[in-house]
Amino acid sequence: MTEHLVATRTAEPAPAGARVSLEGLVRTYGATRALDGFSLDIEPGEFVALLGPSGCGKTTALRVLAGFEQLDRGRVTVDGRDVGKISAQHRDMGMVFQSYSLFPNMNALNNVAFGLRMRHQHAAQRRQKAGELLELVGLSDQALKYPHQMSGGQQQRVALARALAIEPRVLLLDEPLSALDAKVRAELRDQIRQLQQRLAITTVFVTHDQEEALSMADRVCVMSAGRAEQTATPATLYSRPTTPFVAEFVGVSSRVPVEPTDGSVTLFGERCPVRPSDAGVPEGEVDALLRPEDVTITLDDTAKPFVTHKSFLGATTRVIIQVDGVAVRVDVRSDVAADIELGARVRPSVVSRDVLLARRAPTRSETVD
Amino acid sequence: MTSATSDEQLSVPGPGATAPGAGGADVAVRSRRRSLGRALAPVAAMAPFSIYSFLGLGVPILAVIYYAFQSEQGKPTLSNITLVTHGSYLLGFENSIVLALITSIVPGILGLILAYAIATSRSNLLKRLVATASGVLANFGGINLTFMFIATLGSTGILTAWLSAIHLNPWNFGFNLYSFYGVVLVYLYFQVPLMVLVITPALGGLRPSWREAAENMGASSWRYWRHVGIPVLMPSVLGGMLLLFGSGFAAYATAETLTAGTVTLAPIQIGSLLAGNQLAGQENVGYAVGLGMFVVLALTMILYGLVRRRASKWLR
Repeated sequence: MTEHLVATRTAEPAPAGARVSLEGLVRTYGATRALDGFSLDIEPGEFVALLGPSGCGKTTALRVLAGFEQLDRGRVTVDGRDVGKISAQHRDMGMVFQSYSLFPNMNALNNVAFGLRMRHQHAAQRRQKAGELLELVGLSDQALKYPHQMSGGQQQRVALARALAIEPRVLLLDEPLSALDAKVRAELRDQIRQLQQRLAITTVFVTHDQEEALSMADRVCVMSAGRAEQTATPATLYSRPTTPFVAEFVGVSSRVPVEPTDGSVTLFGERCPVRPSDAGVPEGEVDALLRPEDVTITLDDTAKPFVTHKSFLGATTRVIIQVDGVAVRVDVRSDVAADIELGARVRPSVVSRDVLLARRAPTRSETVD
Repeated sequence: MTSATSDEQLSVPGPGATAPGAGGADVAVRSRRRSLGRALAPVAAMAPFSIYSFLGLGVPILAVIYYAFQSEQGKPTLSNITLVTHGSYLLGFENSIVLALITSIVPGILGLILAYAIATSRSNLLKRLVATASGVLANFGGINLTFMFIATLGSTGILTAWLSAIHLNPWNFGFNLYSFYGVVLVYLYFQVPLMVLVITPALGGLRPSWREAAENMGASSWRYWRHVGIPVLMPSVLGGMLLLFGSGFAAYATAETLTAGTVTLAPIQIGSLLAGNQLAGQENVGYAVGLGMFVVLALTMILYGLVRRRASKWLR
């Protein structure tokens, strides 16, 4: 039955994902500018995550797309059609909310069938389709249960089935996993991604959890202060951040003071090219931002830097070394790290082909006394 | 039981312990005492309330039942019951039930609408003002309220005078404050705020995301209310209306002072019978009317329970 549903959905041209374009969105609440010229293009069937800290505007952007928020300026188009004047009721977008938001007076089956009921489908048809969708999310045995009788993970899967029931051309996920425990979150993360890929629905996923964003999305848009800092594939975002904010928000970076000259800097005694940045060349005192895997170390009793901490992470061990009073994180293979003692003298070197620079932070928490 | 078992297991005597069996039996007794203590704790906690309820509700009901079936001479009789189920006493019940129904349904709906308007208002000041005003007005009944209405809308009331000046004197259009519908009007004054007080917390429980989810799936505002909002609120609305029904059914002072007994209502009849200023020596008939009121309220609560059970099956 589930296969039938998926086959039907993929065979018919209509439910294929839509192309979504957000152009120069501006939304203010009093003196607060939640969206400040935010732009993003999403391809049909693409899974895009909006990632950023609290208050960066990611949920506002999603709600604007859903039709729950009015814009002060900017344009939202779906397949080239401006939807600014179309109410949420008529946008054909499925949304999953952070707090599940299942209707408490309806069982799982009726919750899933609700959108079909609003579309005046026959009772038998909508029951069948709702049943298929519950099967799709693995909850066919919970069809007659009310929301308060289900766990958080089950409720969120019903909410996902409900959003899919109306065959939306755009699926909006507003931090759907944040209220769940770690194990359920990981399971549901995989399930959402698999479903999205099978049904080829254009999906916008809001999260503040970088692990979720990087593991699920085709592309991630990192937001800050109502604007898009960088939109790229997870791999590019991690390995080639184009702004200091992205470098520090996504993954882990160490700051090392440097003095740029002629488009390069000296790091650990070696010259290293400076990576072009969307934020431009910072003025004044600057730091190089280094990923733990951008640096290698070798034991050298004559070197000044020494090991201050070690954290076992599995295949790798994170080693923190002190270099001229600055802490630098380095990822080392765990079998190699086993031979490195705390206090051991090491010689660091940069292995990345270039480094990103950022204006020096007012206080450097990484500094080792 | 589980803890008792584990206690016994922990008490297995080691080297140098007392005679086998003696220590275990001692622990078992202590364990049984602890279990008994745990079982009695809830009963002890409930005791003050149970005693209070029995003295304040149980004893009066028993007394009413006892005297309702007794003649003035202290002999068992059904004549009081027969009397209060006919004629003016029956009319008193009918009027009281109609009054209670009107003053529960109309304020129930008005209060719900008002509470929703306030709950969705963005003004916190307005919310606080209405909550405070509702708390005061819901408890503002009796003689004070009656006098206020007489001074305002009585035949020579200040509002009546103003309306007369513009040829809109309501008394010329059939309005009579001292009639049944006058009582209804005065009851609305405290029943609407009472409903606002009762229903506001329930409205606070309506999550905005339910509305957004419904809208997202193509529901209009009306269909959201029909399929989600109203069903979710229904148990609370029914509960609020039951409270209003009880309040309207049993209210005495307001109706008595407003109509001076000209409108036949069960509580006013009880007052007259017990005071003995119209019919002396008929106190037991008053108890029979009181018993009738208990029966009406009990039937109402049973009906409410059945309706609520159906309306809130999703809560179980």
